Amino acid sequence: MPTTTIYTLIKQLLTKKATNPFPVKYTPDNMHAAAELIEKGEVEINPPVEIPENYRGKIKYDKECCIGCKLCVRVCPSEALIFKEDESKVKHYVSRCTFCGQCVDICPQDCFEFTDEFLVAGLDKESEDLVINP
Amino acid sequence: MDEKDGEETTYEVPIGPIHPALKEPFLIKFKLDGEEIVDADPHPGMNHRGIEFMGMHRNPVKVIPLSERICGICSIVHQHMYTTAVEHAVDIVPTNRARYIRTIMMELERIHSHVLWAGVAAHEIGFDTHLHFTWKIREKVMDLLEKISGNRVNYSMWTFGGVRRDITEDMHPDIDETLDYYLDLYDKLEDIFLGDPSIRHRTKNIGILTEEDAMKLCGVGPTVRASGVKKDVRIDQPYAAYGDLDIDYVIPSRYDYEDVGDVFSKTLVRLKEVVQSINIIRQCVEKMPEGEITSEPNMAALLNKLKSAEGEGVGRIEAPRGEAMHYVRLVEDNEDVDCWKVRASTYNNLATYAPMFLGEQIADIPIIAASIDPCIGCMDRAEIVDVNTGEKEEYTDEELHELSVQKTERMLGGIDE
Repeated sequence: MPTTTIYTLIKQLLTKKATNPFPVKYTPDNMHAAAELIEKGEVEINPPVEIPENYRGKIKYDKECCIGCKLCVRVCPSEALIFKEDESKVKHYVSRCTFCGQCVDICPQDCFEFTDEFLVAGLDKESEDLVINP
Repeated sequence: MDEKDGEETTYEVPIGPIHPALKEPFLIKFKLDGEEIVDADPHPGMNHRGIEFMGMHRNPVKVIPLSERICGICSIVHQHMYTTAVEHAVDIVPTNRARYIRTIMMELERIHSHVLWAGVAAHEIGFDTHLHFTWKIREKVMDLLEKISGNRVNYSMWTFGGVRRDITEDMHPDIDETLDYYLDLYDKLEDIFLGDPSIRHRTKNIGILTEEDAMKLCGVGPTVRASGVKKDVRIDQPYAAYGDLDIDYVIPSRYDYEDVGDVFSKTLVRLKEVVQSINIIRQCVEKMPEGEITSEPNMAALLNKLKSAEGEGVGRIEAPRGEAMHYVRLVEDNEDVDCWKVRASTYNNLATYAPMFLGEQIADIPIIAASIDPCIGCMDRAEIVDVNTGEKEEYTDEELHELSVQKTERMLGGIDE
């Protein structure tokens, strides 16, 4: 019915959008350039939607408490955890991680912890942010 | 093939594997007489991913996150079937609370899957506004799944003997709010998909699957329930907590519609199942028993137990698309999963395409193809088929032999040089 359609259209003009524009409010012509500007701090990012409690984000690894039992390596489905024989610790490739959290569950020392960080995309998977304990 | 004055009057039109009307790689060869389809021949096997092979080179715990990646929409379904198959093989019994949490998660996923399907169906017949509307309202249940499991898709909730995350009392208001949201919107959804005259025109009496054909071709899920076949694993062989709950088959005649088996009936069944799922989740939240969420809380001990475990197991489930099954075999001297076989619901439903397409027009192909809610990514795992759809469609034995001889000659020539 035309009246319902017009009513809906007017309502949609006045209500908040269902999506949250991220990282910037208006789509830039060049996303890479915008990302560089954000990195320099020249452009402010539009805040993301609230991250829920117990979110499975980038995993934090506490190297000091690790005892080198290799249990996490045995349950990691994507081989994101590699055991380093020389120092008896693990190396974590974030780019391969599936965030299933089986290492978090199995670690007897609780060395792994989920963080809220979800911006883990990058151009170089060997970069400093994406390899923990290289 | 009909012939008039020595000229062929039927044409063969291949649709797929890559085609704008299809969302996934999949081939159907149609024989057409003018606009009318006189024969449809589905050819699966265009999307082989070797996921079972990957699973057979990993230990059972590593396969849990892998199994949910078989399908992007019904990831809980595959995770549940795989875990129940292993539980069956090594005699692990999930706790009561875990059974209820599993049921809630599976039903939330059914809501999300059916609402998503409604959007795809609307898109196929040209109503993109409805696509955006349904996909927008689907976000609500995905937010809830994220709140419970920590992620929107690939929930990683299951473990052998239970679940890894609890649904606590403080999540109940969120669940209630989400269910109310869908109940409030249900009338609008019904108005759009069942009441709108233009959608009725495109779906009523289109792609009919009769009850007889549905039984003969072993179709599963909403596809055959729309034809009036009472078939639902949740009721026939209850798993998880379904045995304790009050549920009934969703078939059109329960709601004063005829069991026609056309696209309209399939839409109706899926929409009514959303309400059924809401009802089931309400019952689960109410009846949820106290206790542990898993019977194997020590993962390291579980890993050692599975290392030398032996046995065969089967996991069955009523996925949003219909019945699906996993088979797992573990042997003592192999730490990895020895054999893993997945049978997804689309594999059964593909056969129902043949009678559904007969007599319809080319323009109806997308909506009829979408009406079984095909998931080719789930289904295509075991077959490797090389079909050249361009100049040559099939190789005969002689031609293959000739090719083989030519290759041998080429290789021999290389050695000589």
